[in-house]
Amino acid sequence: MIKAVMVMNTQGKTRLAKFYEYLPVEKQQELIRGVFAVLCSRAENVSNFIDAESIFGLDSRLVYKHFATLYFVFVFDSSENELAVLDLIQVFVETLDRCFKNVCELDVVFNYSKVHTILDVMIFGGQVVETSSSEIMKAVEEISKLEAASNSIALIPKSASGWRSR
Amino acid sequence: MGSQGGFYQSKEFLDLVKSIGEARSKAEEDRIVLGEIDTLKRRISEPDIPKRKMKEYIIRLVYVEMLGHDASFGYIHAVKMTHDDSLLVKRTGYLAVTLFLNEDHDLIILIVNTIQKDLKSDNYLVVCAALNAVCKLINEETIPAVLPQVVELLAHPKEAVRKKAIMGFHRFYQKSPSSVSHLVSNFRKRLCDNDPGVMGATLCPLFDLITIDVNSYKDLVISFVSILKQVAERRLPKAYDYHQMPAPFIQIKLLKILALLGSGDKQASENMYTVVGDIFRKCDSSSNIGNAVLYECICCVSSIYPNPKLLESAADAISRFLKSDSHNLRYMGIDALGRLIKISPEIAEQHQLAVIDCLEDPDDTLKRKTFELLYKMTKPTNVEVIVDRMIDYMISINDNHYKTEIASRCVELAEQFAPSNQWFIQTMNKVFEHAGDLVNIKVAHNLMRLIAEGFGEDDDTADSQLRSSAVDSYLHILSEPKLPSVFLQVICWVLGEYGTADGKYSASFITGKLCDVAEAYSNDDTVKAYAVTALMKIYAFEITAGRKVDMLPECQSLMEEFLASHSTDLQQRAYELQAVIGLDAHAVESIMPSDASCEDIEVDKALSFLNDYIQDSIEKGAQPYIPESERSGMLNISKFRNQDHHEASSHGLRFEAYELPKQTVQSRIPPASLASTELVPVPEPMYVSESYPTTTVSSASSDAGSTELKLRLDGVQKKWGRQTHSPATSTSSTTSQKTVNGITQVDGSNTSNSRTRETYESRKQQVEITPEKQKLAASLFGGSSKTEKKPATGHKISKSSSYMVEKSHVPKSSMEIASEKKAPIQQPPDLLDFGEPTVQSNAPSVDPFKELEGLLEPTTEVASAKNHSSTAAATKSPDIMGLYTETPAGIHNKDDGDILSGLSNPPGTHMLGGTTRTQVAQSSKGPNLKDSLQKDALVRQMGVTPSSPNPILFKDLLG
Repeated sequence: MIKAVMVMNTQGKTRLAKFYEYLPVEKQQELIRGVFAVLCSRAENVSNFIDAESIFGLDSRLVYKHFATLYFVFVFDSSENELAVLDLIQVFVETLDRCFKNVCELDVVFNYSKVHTILDVMIFGGQVVETSSSEIMKAVEEISKLEAASNSIALIPKSASGWRSR
Repeated sequence: MGSQGGFYQSKEFLDLVKSIGEARSKAEEDRIVLGEIDTLKRRISEPDIPKRKMKEYIIRLVYVEMLGHDASFGYIHAVKMTHDDSLLVKRTGYLAVTLFLNEDHDLIILIVNTIQKDLKSDNYLVVCAALNAVCKLINEETIPAVLPQVVELLAHPKEAVRKKAIMGFHRFYQKSPSSVSHLVSNFRKRLCDNDPGVMGATLCPLFDLITIDVNSYKDLVISFVSILKQVAERRLPKAYDYHQMPAPFIQIKLLKILALLGSGDKQASENMYTVVGDIFRKCDSSSNIGNAVLYECICCVSSIYPNPKLLESAADAISRFLKSDSHNLRYMGIDALGRLIKISPEIAEQHQLAVIDCLEDPDDTLKRKTFELLYKMTKPTNVEVIVDRMIDYMISINDNHYKTEIASRCVELAEQFAPSNQWFIQTMNKVFEHAGDLVNIKVAHNLMRLIAEGFGEDDDTADSQLRSSAVDSYLHILSEPKLPSVFLQVICWVLGEYGTADGKYSASFITGKLCDVAEAYSNDDTVKAYAVTALMKIYAFEITAGRKVDMLPECQSLMEEFLASHSTDLQQRAYELQAVIGLDAHAVESIMPSDASCEDIEVDKALSFLNDYIQDSIEKGAQPYIPESERSGMLNISKFRNQDHHEASSHGLRFEAYELPKQTVQSRIPPASLASTELVPVPEPMYVSESYPTTTVSSASSDAGSTELKLRLDGVQKKWGRQTHSPATSTSSTTSQKTVNGITQVDGSNTSNSRTRETYESRKQQVEITPEKQKLAASLFGGSSKTEKKPATGHKISKSSSYMVEKSHVPKSSMEIASEKKAPIQQPPDLLDFGEPTVQSNAPSVDPFKELEGLLEPTTEVASAKNHSSTAAATKSPDIMGLYTETPAGIHNKDDGDILSGLSNPPGTHMLGGTTRTQVAQSSKGPNLKDSLQKDALVRQMGVTPSSPNPILFKDLLG
């Protein structure tokens, strides 16, 4: 199962952090710092895999991918395949790119909840449930449409279930 | 750029993000965030906030918390948002609570109801949001509240809902398998879902279920194989293609499941061969995801029942991985190789070069993976190279976690495959020096034991050479600034035992060094204790040798410090040292025999050395001792005493009339009580005063003549518990009997007493038998267990001390005799004259070739290794016999010695016990095992002569 997904920039600022097992905020920060420390020390052109047992405890692996100013980090256990997770990152980023047209770091920052929505469609409860970029897009677009609809309705009158009539 | 998502963002939030982004330092960032928290705290509690504003505040809160600041003040608002009717607000609320809360948070109780309602909603997005929360926030107790709805949703028309319901259900199963066990069949049903996405998602819980219990899912093999076949044949919608691969993630999951199901199951595996072979062919090895599937195929092939054709394809794929330029692929290749060599070890050979490349690669991840592979393929032939490499790497890294792991692996490999003891010691020194505090203390004890036992084949040269080289190296190492505590303990111990043994260093030099250690590491009590005991040993050896002991001034001041130490252990050791120095040479020698650390100290639990003393005392009229369990009526006493206490406590507080404790008293006191005159008012005096009963007893016992009276007394006295054992009642036979170790009793007046004594006597006999039985068992089974163990472990260090405990029953003197006998046999130069023809004739015949060629051929190596074990077994049997026949003599010797030492200088024995015994307990070994292992080591040494800078690295590693 996937234990955590993190997105951080090359300065170590967290842009997104989602832990699929509950951890207190302080612990999360500690882990994020630990991950960043390891990522910084990695040379270019080395593998994308890191043995994460010293940070996350037994049976944990870490795969990261570096895009422009962002590191995308997935932490998972032995039930996943490293190369496949690397491609999962690719799917995630491709989807973000489709969603935001030439995604950049600021898109992730400003559309925080949308990035979460995308991630929630892909990974649910630590399990990868959707790996097709177009399917994810479809789902996300539908959500956005519905939300936008309900939002505009909710803004005008205070009708109880305006979105249902859609 | 930020508005493309269609989400409303205020200027404020943009500014916040921007200013955080521009913050130069963590402090500046913190200041900004704290300011933001203040603003939010104020704003969020204002009345009548528009919903979209509220939504933004919550998003900002999430953001703040992601940056590591406490946002708990806003949790309740997030919870409130989940109650909202607006989808957008509701979803934001759910997102926030899943990020903020955990399943045991107090606020969950406010959400469960909302979740229940939302799971029934018509809008599938609301249901999805609620399922999201279910996954994260429902704990074992709240599962029943939502379980029916979630199960219902498994058949929801929307596939997204079905998918999430499956995962939520899976989550329940993970949290509390028992609560959903009756519904597990739903996972199987969903496997046949029309939607490939749902089917793929179902594979996750099935994988977990199959991991736990393979057998109940064997029937699904056919289904999985046919699904995999369909996927590979591109029967799924195009949307699932990824980089021209048909649904690779589903393929990977399926292959993982098949690997589990086919493991060790020939029939199941046969069903899989075709489809796995197909995938091998179809996989596009130019894309990343293609390789991911290939790798999963290799894992599957190495897990299921082996098929030669598939193994061949797997080996091909591995070689492609390893030849790749991509670090990722090489990493996967090394990992796959590690899996495959378990089945076909020979494939490692063709990849030697690639493996070495990976080992030298600057990429740490790859390096570690390669070490893992090397660890798996370590053999006696390549252990030196591998462990050397590991140590070099261990020295070069700072990561404590991995350092510990690699250190323990080094130790494990060294213990398992060490070619010679010398090499082992050197290796251990390196490990200790660089990772000392991270290794297990047992490893240190093993090292000490090895140094103490030495090679044994040549007492005067090899052994002392080893020791003096150890002493030399340790004296050298001591000059380094900061050494790990464990290593210092070893150093102190070795310096104490062997520092002055070869005469190279003077006692004052060694003691000076030891004092330096104790001073330099003055906050480590264990090291100091080791140092003091080492000092004591040095001084003891000096006294024994007849030299005058001059304590260095620094040593004296150290002792003074320790004598006043807060650590009782240190204090005791210091006093012991003082006491030893004051004794004469003869006494010191028996306390601290030189080079005797390997000899067993037999603990005479029966204290038989006191027999004479007791006999004397008894003849002088002392009462024999009765062990507590044998004292008649002991049980009753304790029972009674309990009752007594109970009553006493209750009566201690109230002063009004009390009811007579009729039943108890009646049961204790025989009905025909004659002595009732004195004893009937029992309860009353008891409460009046505590001392009163004593006088009663003494008066009763003073006229003790008739047994009947005593019997009655018996019953009564028990009531007063403790006093019955006071000296005042010494003549009262029931209570004051003292028997010491089976000495015949003086007093035998009471019938019940004599009965107890009989049983005691018989039990005593049993007790006497057991040590002999144990000895027999130890010499027979201890020996046999060793022969069993030996070939498996191959090195003496790897013995656990589990049977050492038994072994310690073997008397020390018999050990000495045995080892003395062995020693002359083992003079190495003329090997051909040996009693054991097989080993000796074999070893030298192999040896010269090897030395000439500087090469090792694996086959001869194996052969000679076999010889070791067989001869080791052969040499063992006579030893066992010898040990057994010598045992009785040993016992006598031992006893005498114990009486002497036990009576003359008890502190002395204690001192020995203080530190030496702890090591001895572990180092105690029968001579047979030791010698055979020494032989083993010798033969290895001759056969395997390692040329340290080995030019043929690959040969060594992989040959």
